[in-house]
Amino acid sequence: MKKLLSGNEAIALGARLAGVKYASAYPGTPSTEILENLATATEMRAEWAPNEKVALDSVAGASYGGARALASMKHVGLNVASESLFYLAYTGVNAGLVIISADDPGAWSSQNEQDNRHYARFAKVPCLEPADSQECLDFIALAFDLSEQFDTPVIVRTTTRVNHSKSVVNVPESNGHEPRPLKPFVRNTAKYAMIPANARRRHPEVEQRTKQLAEWAETASVNRIEWGDKKFGVVTSSAAYQYAREVFDGYSFLKLGMSYPLPEKLIRNFAAQVEKVVVVEELDPFFEHEIRAMGIPVVGKEFFPVTNEFTLAVVRDGARKLGVKVGDAVQNPSGAAAVPARPPALCPGCPHRSTFYALRKLRLRVAGDIGCYAMGALPPFNVIDTLGCMGASFGVAQGVTAVGANTDKERWVAVIGDSTFFHAGLPALANIVYNKGASTLMILDNDTTAMTGQQDNPSTGVTLQGEKTQKIDIEAVVRGMGVQDIFVVNAFDEHEVEKTLKKALAIKDRPTVIISRGPCVFLDQYPQKFVYEVSSAKCNGCSICFKVGCPAIFKGELDTTTKQPKAVIDPLLCIGCDVCAQVCPHDAIGKISN
Amino acid sequence: MMKTDFLLAGVGGQGVLTASDIVAEVGMAMGLDAKKSEIHGFSQRGGVVESHVRWGERVAAPMGEKGRIDYLLAFELMESARWIEFLKPGGVVIVNRQKILPMSATVGDAVYPTEETIESALRAVTDKIVYVDGLEIAKGLGNKNLANTVLLGALARELDVDPELWLDVIVKRVPQKYVEQNKQAFWKGRMGE
Repeated sequence: MKKLLSGNEAIALGARLAGVKYASAYPGTPSTEILENLATATEMRAEWAPNEKVALDSVAGASYGGARALASMKHVGLNVASESLFYLAYTGVNAGLVIISADDPGAWSSQNEQDNRHYARFAKVPCLEPADSQECLDFIALAFDLSEQFDTPVIVRTTTRVNHSKSVVNVPESNGHEPRPLKPFVRNTAKYAMIPANARRRHPEVEQRTKQLAEWAETASVNRIEWGDKKFGVVTSSAAYQYAREVFDGYSFLKLGMSYPLPEKLIRNFAAQVEKVVVVEELDPFFEHEIRAMGIPVVGKEFFPVTNEFTLAVVRDGARKLGVKVGDAVQNPSGAAAVPARPPALCPGCPHRSTFYALRKLRLRVAGDIGCYAMGALPPFNVIDTLGCMGASFGVAQGVTAVGANTDKERWVAVIGDSTFFHAGLPALANIVYNKGASTLMILDNDTTAMTGQQDNPSTGVTLQGEKTQKIDIEAVVRGMGVQDIFVVNAFDEHEVEKTLKKALAIKDRPTVIISRGPCVFLDQYPQKFVYEVSSAKCNGCSICFKVGCPAIFKGELDTTTKQPKAVIDPLLCIGCDVCAQVCPHDAIGKISN
Repeated sequence: MMKTDFLLAGVGGQGVLTASDIVAEVGMAMGLDAKKSEIHGFSQRGGVVESHVRWGERVAAPMGEKGRIDYLLAFELMESARWIEFLKPGGVVIVNRQKILPMSATVGDAVYPTEETIESALRAVTDKIVYVDGLEIAKGLGNKNLANTVLLGALARELDVDPELWLDVIVKRVPQKYVEQNKQAFWKGRMGE
C-alpha cells in the first residue's frame, strides 16, 4: 500500500517492523515525532527520558538485555549522549541498537549547525543516511541487521528536510512486527565492562570491525552508482542527493546510503570512469576530505557552501559555476521588501510573559536557556543576554557570580524551564550549591516541554505512553539539593513575580530559586479565563501594555490628548491571562463586559 | 501530467500544513509521485508558514525554487507578496483576502502594506491573480475553519483534475460531522463564488 509519510513517521514504522522493543528519546526538533509515533505501539515500550544521555544508556541496557532498541535525538542531543556513544562503540551490542541523529542544516530550530557524520568517524561506528521517507523505512531495518551482524551501534543520520518532508512510501500490508524473544544476556565482562584493561583489548576489535564494515560497504546496495553522462560524477547523500539529482540531470551519480565507513574501491572505480568527481554534500566537507585523502582529486565546497541548508537554487548555483547547463536563475522582482516580518512571539496567555516583562522592567542581566522562553531574547523583551545549550543558564550564573561580575549594578538571573531543568539543570544546581554560589535562579514551570509541542516530562506525572506516574516535585528537589530560599509564584501574577524577584535579589550570600508556575496555554489544565477588553475612555495610549508582547494587543485609534495609539484587544486571540491588565497604569483593561 | 510545483504560504494556525498534505495526497491519488516539505519549529508561534508540494512522474527535491513555482496559494493577503518571487513568471497566484496583522505592525512601527502595493508586487510577476474571500465564505457556511477548504477549491479550479478526487482526499482528512460542510466549502471555491 502506498502512503504519504514524513521521514519521522517512516522511521517509527520501520522501527516497529524491525521488532523494536524499547525506544527512548528527549524531544528535539526535528526528531520529536519519531517517539510520538511510537507512543501508541502496544508491543513495545516508548519513553521520554530526561535527556539524551539517559536515553542512550537506557537503550544500551535494553540491547544488553536482549531487545532491539532505538534512541532518537536532534543533532545537539548526540553531544549530550556522546559519552555513551563512545563506550557503546567499544562494548558493542547484544540485540540491535540504532541511534537516530536528526541534524538541522539551516539551524531552523537549533543553536547551531552541526554535521553528525563526524560522530560516526569519531566514535568508529557505521552511519546510514536516508534521502527520503522510503529510505527511512528501509534503512532502519538494515541498521538493526548491521548492528547485530557487526556487533556495533549504528547511527542513522537524517536532516530536517528528511525528517519533516513527506514522500510516497510502499508500506507493507501486514504490520509484521512479530514479537522477538529476548536474546539472553551472556555475562562477558571483557566485552561489556570497559575497565581500562578491557577497553585496551576492545580497541583493536573496533578497528577491525571498521575495516569489515568498509568491506561490506563496497557491495552494499545502499551505495549505488547511477550511470549517466561521465563528464561529471556526483558523489552525494541524504537530501543533497535529491537536489543534485535534478540539477545534474543526466550525469553519473554515486549515491552513498552509508556515509561511514566509505567504500574506497567503489569510489575509486567510480572516480576512474568519470571526468570530474563533484561532491555535493550539506554542511561539512566530510566525503570530500575522505575522498581527497584517498588521493582522488575532487571538487566540492568551493562550489557548494558549508553553511546553511541546501536548496535547489543553491545546488544549481554551484553547478552553474562548474559549467553544467542548468539554465539561468529566474530573477523575479521581490515583493518581500514591502512586507513586514512576522517574528515569533509568546502565545497569548503564555505563562512566561510576566517573567520577561518583570526581568526587563528590573533591567537585569539574564542567562537564558533552551525552550519557548528563548523568545525573551526578542522584542519587545530583549532581555536575554546569553543563550547556549540545554542547562547552560545555571552554569553561566555560577561563573559570572564566581568571578565577581554579578554585582549590585549588574545583577544576573538565570532562567530555565521545567523540562530543561530535569535535562541538564540538576547537576548545574548541585554545582552552585556545592560551591557556595549565590545566584538568583528562576525555574519557569509550565508543566510541559512546550517548544517541541507539549511533551510530558518527569514533573508532569504522565508518561509518553499515557500512563499516570510519580510526579517529581520540583520544589522538593531544589530543597533536597540544599537550596534554603525557595519562592513559588503564580506566573500569571506579574506584580508577585516582580516582588519576588526583588526579594530574591536582596539575598546575596547564597543561592535562591524562584519557581514561576503556570501551565502552558495548550494544556487542558489551563485555567478557564475570560476575554478582556480595553476601555477606550480610560486608555490614553501610554503603550505600556504593548511591552508585554502579546499577539492579541493591537494599536488602535489615536488618543486625542497624547496623540499616541490606544490599545485594542482582539477578542478572538485573547484568552484572559490578565497580565496586560496588571501592568496597565490606567486601569483601562478588564474582563469584557457582555 | 507535467511536473507541477505548489507553494502554500500563510500564518501559523491557518491550516496551511493540512492543506498541503491534501494537495500532496491528491497528486498521489492521481498516480503521480508527490512530495511535500515545510519547516516546523519557531514558525508555529504566529510566524510565517511555507509548505512546498511537488507532483511529477518522479519527484526528487522536496521543495521547488524561486521563480519556478507553478501555483502559489497564499492563505493571507500580504503573504502573497512575500512569496511571489517564488512563482514562475506568468504562474497562478491564489490570494485569500484575509489580513492577519503581524506584531511588528500591531504594536511596532511596521505598516501593513496597502492592497495596491500588494497587487502591484504580484503584477510584477504575473497577471494570473485569483482573489478569494476564503474567510468570508467560510463564515457564511457557519465555520471559519473551512477557509482552507475554500482555498483548495479555488486551486482545484485552476487544475485539470477530477474534483471527485479532491473530495475523496478531503473527506478522508476531516471528522465525519464536518464532511458535508467541507464539501460545500470546496465547491464554493471550485465554482469561484
